[in-house]
Amino acid sequence: MSQADLTMHGHPGAGVMSEPAFSVPAKKMAMWLFIIADTATFAGCLVAYGFIRNSTPDWPRPFHSITNVALMTFILLTSSLTMLMGIRSAEKGEKSGAFRWILITALLGAVFAVLHIREWMELLDTGVTIFHNPFGTPLFGAAFFSVTGLHLLHVTGGVIALIAVGIRYMGGRYKADDIEVTGLYWHFVDLVWMFVVPLIYLLNMSH
Amino acid sequence: MHDMSAHAAQHGAPTSFIRKHIFSLDHKVIGKQYYALALVAVIVGMVLSWLMRLHLGFANFAIPGLHLLSKNGAPGDIMTPEYYLQLMTMHGTIMVFFVLTTAPFAAFGNFFLPIQTGAEDMPFPHFNMMSFWVTFTGFIILMASFFVSDGPTLGGWTQYAPLSAVGAVAGPGQGTGVVLWAFSIAFFCVGQLFGSLNFITTTLDMRCKGMSLMRLPLSAWAWFITSIMGLTAFAVLMPAAILLILDHVAGTSFFVASNLVINDSLLPHSGGSTLLWQHLFWFFGHPEVYIAIIPGMGIVSHILITNMRRPMLSHRVLIYSMGALAVLSYMVYGHHMFVSGMNPISSLAFSFPTLIITIPSTIIVLIWLGSLYGSKLRINTASLFALGFVSMFISGGVSGFFLAQPSIDIMLHATYFVVGHFHLVMAVAAIFGIFGGTYFWFPKMTGRMMNESLGKLHFWLTFVGTYCIFMPFHYLGIAGNVRRYQAFVDDYLIPLIPVHKFITVAALATGAAQLIFIYNLIHSRFKGAPAPDNPWQGTSLEWSTATPPPHNNFGDKMPVVYHDPYQYSVEGASSDFIMQTSSESVHSADEEK
Ligand code: HEM
Ligand SMILES: [Cu+2]
Repeated sequence: MSQADLTMHGHPGAGVMSEPAFSVPAKKMAMWLFIIADTATFAGCLVAYGFIRNSTPDWPRPFHSITNVALMTFILLTSSLTMLMGIRSAEKGEKSGAFRWILITALLGAVFAVLHIREWMELLDTGVTIFHNPFGTPLFGAAFFSVTGLHLLHVTGGVIALIAVGIRYMGGRYKADDIEVTGLYWHFVDLVWMFVVPLIYLLNMSH
Repeated sequence: MHDMSAHAAQHGAPTSFIRKHIFSLDHKVIGKQYYALALVAVIVGMVLSWLMRLHLGFANFAIPGLHLLSKNGAPGDIMTPEYYLQLMTMHGTIMVFFVLTTAPFAAFGNFFLPIQTGAEDMPFPHFNMMSFWVTFTGFIILMASFFVSDGPTLGGWTQYAPLSAVGAVAGPGQGTGVVLWAFSIAFFCVGQLFGSLNFITTTLDMRCKGMSLMRLPLSAWAWFITSIMGLTAFAVLMPAAILLILDHVAGTSFFVASNLVINDSLLPHSGGSTLLWQHLFWFFGHPEVYIAIIPGMGIVSHILITNMRRPMLSHRVLIYSMGALAVLSYMVYGHHMFVSGMNPISSLAFSFPTLIITIPSTIIVLIWLGSLYGSKLRINTASLFALGFVSMFISGGVSGFFLAQPSIDIMLHATYFVVGHFHLVMAVAAIFGIFGGTYFWFPKMTGRMMNESLGKLHFWLTFVGTYCIFMPFHYLGIAGNVRRYQAFVDDYLIPLIPVHKFITVAALATGAAQLIFIYNLIHSRFKGAPAPDNPWQGTSLEWSTATPPPHNNFGDKMPVVYHDPYQYSVEGASSDFIMQTSSESVHSADEEK
């Protein structure tokens, strides 16, 4: 691929958009559109989960403690905060400060992923898989792993994206705007988790 | 993250062959690639329909060479019942996804949306390139299923669970075939999501100076509205396809209920819901039919206005109606499930919006007819096909009123009546939109004119032919002829066989007439008369740039827009049309401020 024709310019179509519709830069708008589409995807999955849960009389409730999921939630929420700090520093032009916050965010994301995978491992150990589990309908495992897996995929992608954007930002290729766009994505992933926790975890707690 | 780097169109023209024609970032090349893909797909889909029609009209007719396509599916060149269903499924899937979505939306939209908005390119050319290649991969995967051991899936384009989710026990093609089908659809969804993202950002962010939203031509509006629908519809179908794949390869049973016995064997699945698939599918599926038709509405309006030499009765109402269709189309999907065992209250709840969605459709049709009334329409191939579109859309829409009522639909569901309905209103209408767009824009896309006499001949044969094919379907349906049967052996069906024979002959003849189009397309591409910049005296931006447009669409001078898109026959103007880029000032009552 020749890179000659891919020279970067500050703003998309600079000079073309004399009258930008909503003065939203194209990248940010694209991220919002992605979030809309992704919301539809998650909504589809969660509705599917609700659908099969409702149509199964003996739906299992295997979770006993909320410690782990509360910890994970706390970490993810904190990472949203550090992301905000990063965006703020970037806006002020404090490059290394912004970079540090971004790395912390990525680190928190990674910790979240590790905790999540550890939880998966424990479940796998007790015999819960995507097509089988000891407490009843196998669909519990299927729903649990696909919904949380989809979310975990987003977190992992986000961690990689944060690091990549951070490095390019330090290298001068990306601007503060790009940090903000990545932040949008990160907050969205956080928000999705806020739906996953009650629907997948809290509803399936045994009393 | 490289693709996120928006560098718009300011990249220079590529020089290497690969960059220019294969992995091109230029929306115009990508548009043509989509067109070529749709052309290949429509030919495959049409050949499949011939095979099906031959089998239906002339039972046990040996189709020479068919055994080469599938040894098991057509021993002695006569297709087995299962193979009939496999060909039918592929026909539907290819047509709905790879023809009716790619051609009017992705092909023409890619080529003309940036030009009509006055942009140099789309904001994310890499995404755009990937959009095509991912879609193309989806097509290859689908084609590959012809060649796996037990052939493609036989589940119909709607791929109803549980038979689509239980694997090979449900019949040939229900194992590998379905998995390939679902992968193909998932790829297609990703491709169209990339495309929609670009279409929306182009429309909102890349318009040239003076181009307010209301100054966009109707075709641009139609692509814009369609892309908003695509963004959410494909985002739901994709996880549905993935869940279906999981049911096959990971042993889950999202779509299979417990204790299911198929072909005498008890399935190990438990707990899933068969209705869930229908909900997910039709939540996509009904918007999809509007994704297929709205671009056609825009294209046809654009063509009609140019040839009527006057704008539509109301630009705004037409736009709002298309928008209303888009919104309502998400609320009516349950009308496909009236007889699926859904709660009758839900049937009622879905029946109301279904009747309401006929209102914007009716308004659009009335605007077309009202605007055409008394106009001096220039008759050329493009405007004929546009009229044909209107005609097909009305004919097919009328049957929708009947189907929308659960009490009538109980009779008509899954009969040829439904086949007649959706072929006229969606399939043929959209195809007429594609033909119209082709005859209209071919000069701009290739720099050469198409042959008008051949075009008109093509139109009349196709117009008469499609009515001969699809009108009798309604009669068959009312007479009780169930769809998706591969032979008609019951007492009540045997008297209908002559009708089927007639349809088959009509289908073969109409198909043959398409050779005229293919010939015209190829011949004109190389030998056609050179096209001027503005062959139809149009006003929108595609006509103010060179033919064919330069790499960055407008050369070194970016357009500035001064007018509404359709300033035809304006009083006191120097000619019968004023281009959007013309700085001539006019005092016209309906010019938007
Ligand atoms: C006038 C407004 C319309 C109404 C009230 C309407 C109503 C319906 C209903 C109730 C059905 C279900 C019939 C059954 O399966 O028993 C149906 C099927 C269908 N309609 Fe429409 N429709 C309308 C317009 C359209 C349009 C504009 C399109 C496409 C552009 C379309 C495409 C389809 C397709 C593809 C099917 C069949 C799907 C299948 O089973 O494979 N309809 N329509
Ligand atoms: Cu529908």
